[in-house]
Amino acid sequence: MALMNLVSTVNHTLDHEMARDERVVVFGEDVGVEGGVFRATVGLQKKYGPDRCFDTPLAEGAIVGMAVGMAINGLRPVAEIQFSGFMYPAYNQIVSHVARMRNRTRGRLTLPLVIRMPHGGGIKALEHHSESLESILGHIPGLKIVVPSTPYDAKGLLLSAIRDDDPVFFLEPSKIYRAFRQEVPEEDYTIPIGKAKIVREGEAVTVVTWGAYVHDVMKAAEQLAAEGIDAEVIDLRTIAPFDRAAIVESVKKTGRFVVVHEAMKTFGPGAELIALVNEKAFLYLEAPPTRLTGFDITIPLPRGEHHYFLDADRIAAGIRDVVNF
Amino acid sequence: MLTKRFDPLKGEMLQIMDAEGRIVAPELKPDLSDERVLELYKVMLLTRAADTKALQLQRQGRMLTYAPNTGQEAAQVGSAAVLRETDWLVPAFRELGAWLVKGVSLEHIYLYWYGNEWGSHFPENVRMLPISIPIASQLNHALGLAMASKLKGEDDVTIGYVGDGGTSIGDFSEALNFAGVFSAPVVFFIQNNQYAISVKRAVQTKASTLAQKAVAAGIPGIQVDGNDLFAVYAAVEEAVNRARAGEGPTLIEAYTYRLGAHTTSDDPTKYREDDEVLVWQARDPIKRTKEYLIAQGLWSAEQDEAQVAEYEAYALEVFRKVEETGEPQLEDFFKYTYRDMPEHLKEQYQEYVQYLEGKVK
Repeated sequence: MALMNLVSTVNHTLDHEMARDERVVVFGEDVGVEGGVFRATVGLQKKYGPDRCFDTPLAEGAIVGMAVGMAINGLRPVAEIQFSGFMYPAYNQIVSHVARMRNRTRGRLTLPLVIRMPHGGGIKALEHHSESLESILGHIPGLKIVVPSTPYDAKGLLLSAIRDDDPVFFLEPSKIYRAFRQEVPEEDYTIPIGKAKIVREGEAVTVVTWGAYVHDVMKAAEQLAAEGIDAEVIDLRTIAPFDRAAIVESVKKTGRFVVVHEAMKTFGPGAELIALVNEKAFLYLEAPPTRLTGFDITIPLPRGEHHYFLDADRIAAGIRDVVNF
Repeated sequence: MLTKRFDPLKGEMLQIMDAEGRIVAPELKPDLSDERVLELYKVMLLTRAADTKALQLQRQGRMLTYAPNTGQEAAQVGSAAVLRETDWLVPAFRELGAWLVKGVSLEHIYLYWYGNEWGSHFPENVRMLPISIPIASQLNHALGLAMASKLKGEDDVTIGYVGDGGTSIGDFSEALNFAGVFSAPVVFFIQNNQYAISVKRAVQTKASTLAQKAVAAGIPGIQVDGNDLFAVYAAVEEAVNRARAGEGPTLIEAYTYRLGAHTTSDDPTKYREDDEVLVWQARDPIKRTKEYLIAQGLWSAEQDEAQVAEYEAYALEVFRKVEETGEPQLEDFFKYTYRDMPEHLKEQYQEYVQYLEGKVK
C-alpha cells in the first residue's frame, strides 16, 4: 500500500498495466518527454521507451483516429486528450468511428482503447479547461464513460477500462487530481465498469453524483445529518452504461431523488437520470426529482467560476428543499 | 526512385501505358507476368460488370443508393494488387476493384449496399476496414494500423484511400503529418476523379496537383496517370517497398475520372459538359488495358465480350442471393453495440419484441 493522490494513481496504474501487457501504448500531446501537463504519464517514456509512450503532433482527431487503427491492429492504446475542451476536434472520430466500429462490422473489428482526459473545473484554469462532457459523449451508443472520485477507484476503474474490449472514456476530475491522498494497493485489482457505489447509506433522500462533487456532496450530507436529514449518497462512477438498478432501488427506499453534477442543466446527464426515476420509481416519489447543476451558461473565467460551481452549502440547501417539499 | 524522377511541383506525371495501350516508358514497366496482368484486367472487368448490374438493379428499385466506380478501375485494381495478404487496406467508399483484389467477396459488397451491416463483416484473413463515408477520417485509421505494425515489429504495410475532395479535410493533412513524423509504414492513395460530388477539383485547392501536398509533410509525393494500370502499380509498389523497409509514408495521386455519377442519387449532367466526359471516355482504363492485352496476343475481342457477359451474369446471380438472404436480424442491431448487451439495451430490445409480437396477434 502506498499513499497516492488521483494523478499519481493514474501514473501508477498506467505503469502497472504497461508492465503487465506489452500491447498497451500511451501517447498524446506532451505525454512523453514531459510526462503530461498534469504529470499523469511522468516517467513512462523513460521506463518503457519512446515506442510505448510518446509525444504526438497537435491534432486531437489524429490522436483518436490513430488509436482506432492501433486497436484494430492488436494494440491497447491509451490516448490522452490534454484538456476536455480540446476534445471537440476529435468528435468526428469519436462519433463516426470509435463508437460504432464493432456494430458496423458486426463484431469483426473491435476497439479496445481508452481515451483519458481531465474532466470538470473549479481550479481557476484557463478558458476551455473546465468542460463536462458526459452528455456529449453519453448520447453516443457504443461508448463507455467512467469518472473516478478517489485514487482507489481510479486504479480499479482504469485497469478495467484498459482491459475492456469496448472503447472507454476515462474522465479524470482535475479538481481532485491532488486534493487528497489515499491508500492504494500495489497489487492488481479491478472495479467493474457500470457499477455505482453507495458511499453513504441513508433513508431520507437519494443523492446521485460523481467525480469531484462526490466530496462536496458528502460534506453537504454531513451538514444535513446534523439537522437530522439522513441522505443516501451514490457515486455513479460509470456514466455509460450507468447503474440503473442502484438508483432505482435507492429511490424506492427513500422516495426522494436529487442528482448533482457540474455539467449544464439543460439536456445534461441529470435529465436522463430523472427520466429513469420517473419511469421506474414514479409511484414511490414523495417530491419532484431535482437537479443541482451548473447554469445553462458558458463557464465563467476564473474570477467568476465560483458562481458556476456548487459548494457544499448550495448542495445542502438544494437537498433540504427536496426533503422539506 | 519514381518519386524523385516525377516531381509534382514541376507538373510531371508518371505514365507507362498511354491511352491507346502503348507502352511509352518500357524501362519503368513493373515486373508483372502476362498471367498476372490478365488476372488484374479481369478484376477490372468484374468491377465494371458489378457496377453495371448494380446500377440496373438500382433503377429497378432492387438495389439502394450505390456509388459507382466506372472509369477508376485501373487506379483501384493496380494499387491493391501490390499488397500482400497481411497488409491492411483502408477504403474510402469508391474502391470496388481494390476490395475485390484484397479478397472481399462481391456478395459482401452487394450486401453492404443492399443495406445490411453483415456486408462489412469480412473474413478473418481479409485485412480491410469497412468503408468510410465521413470523408478522409479513415486516413488516421490507416496511420494507426501502420503504427501498430511498426510498434509490433511487423513489416506489414497499410494503404489508405481518399478522394480529391478529401484532401481538403483536416484529417488528410493530419494523417500525412503524423505519418511523416513517425515514419509510419503507410501509403496514402488519392483517387483524384476530378469531382467531389459536383465540386470541381480546381475548387478544392489552389495547388496545381494534390500530390504536392506531400511536400509540406516532408514525405515523398507523386502524381500518376490513374487510368494506367502499370503506372499505378509501379508507384504503389515503390511506396509499399519503401514503407516495408522502414522508410516511411508516401502520397500518391492517381489522376483519373469518374465516368459515372457520384452515387445513384446524383445527376452529373447538371455540373459537367458531355464533351469533357467524351475526352475521358477515350482514356478509359479498361479500353486501354484491353488494347494492350490484344496487341500482346494475350486476349481477344471475342474473349472480352464473353468474359463481360459471364461477369454480368455472375453479378446478377450474386445479387439474387443477397435479395434472398439479405434481410437483417433484429437482435443484431442491439447485440453488437457493446461486447455484452447492457441491461438498458436488453430492455429496449425486449420491449420492442413484445410490441411486435402483440401486433402480430
